[in-house]
Amino acid sequence: MESILFYLFATVLVVSAAMVVTIRNPVKAALFLVLSFFSAACIWMTLEAEFLSIALVLVYVGAVMVLFLFVVMMLDIDVESMREGFARNLPVGALVAGVMVVEFAVVMMSDRFDSQSLPRPAGHGPDYSNTKELGLVLYTDYVFAFEVAGLILLVAIVAAIVLTMRRRPNTRYQSPSEQVKVNKSERLRIVSMPAEKRLDIDN
Amino acid sequence: MITLSHYLVLGAILFALSVVGIFLNRKNLVIILMAIELLLLAVNMNFIAFSYYLDDLAGQVFVFFILTVAAAEAAIGLAILIVLFRNRRSINVQDLDQLSG
Repeated sequence: MESILFYLFATVLVVSAAMVVTIRNPVKAALFLVLSFFSAACIWMTLEAEFLSIALVLVYVGAVMVLFLFVVMMLDIDVESMREGFARNLPVGALVAGVMVVEFAVVMMSDRFDSQSLPRPAGHGPDYSNTKELGLVLYTDYVFAFEVAGLILLVAIVAAIVLTMRRRPNTRYQSPSEQVKVNKSERLRIVSMPAEKRLDIDN
Repeated sequence: MITLSHYLVLGAILFALSVVGIFLNRKNLVIILMAIELLLLAVNMNFIAFSYYLDDLAGQVFVFFILTVAAAEAAIGLAILIVLFRNRRSINVQDLDQLSG
């Protein structure tokens, strides 16, 4: 059962990741990236990392990928000019990737990582809570790193807003301090003019 | 029987695919950002597999922080992308030669 699930999710993950980097339309690439994140979350679920699996779906599929889709749909991207050099770069890219996979596989298929030296754990019982255990170490041993992570997120918010905020030169906006400081002589001009004679409407 | 090396090879394939993606889409900044997200996902996969097989929660704590930093990186990267498109009307990496001497 575990083997079937692993191969199913791994196949979907690899195929969708391949589609992300090769597909022509950036919107479809973002949607395939959603699919690959979702399959990765399923694999993490089988590895008893339930909290991170749900966090991946919520934070990545829910927030980051929506941000990507917003940006991709907002920008008017000329896809054809982006694709030039695609075929020219393919051989060297495939070569680098093939060498990387072979190197990784040589290391990882050695007997240091096989089922004899590292057997698959039996897993925890039904009353084991991954979220609780993670919280227990996160708020004690790693609390300083946790605070720094919060600070990084704050800096990211401020940076993103500052980068994209602009003041258009011809936009009219109110200045409350100028409005409060105004006095009568700046706004009101009293002119003396002769009174009008009354007209008789009946004639 | 699924061993640790299955997960590690899966992570390696993902990592290599995203490196190929950076090679192939050298002009499109959006696809490059997506490939970087995939790279981080491959690394996270290795962390979680080791955390499960060694029965040590430290790997999952690492993944938590990587997710945080990756989200911040994506937000700032996309903000820079938008500012770039606003100024240059293009997100082609080849057009970004203003700083070259």
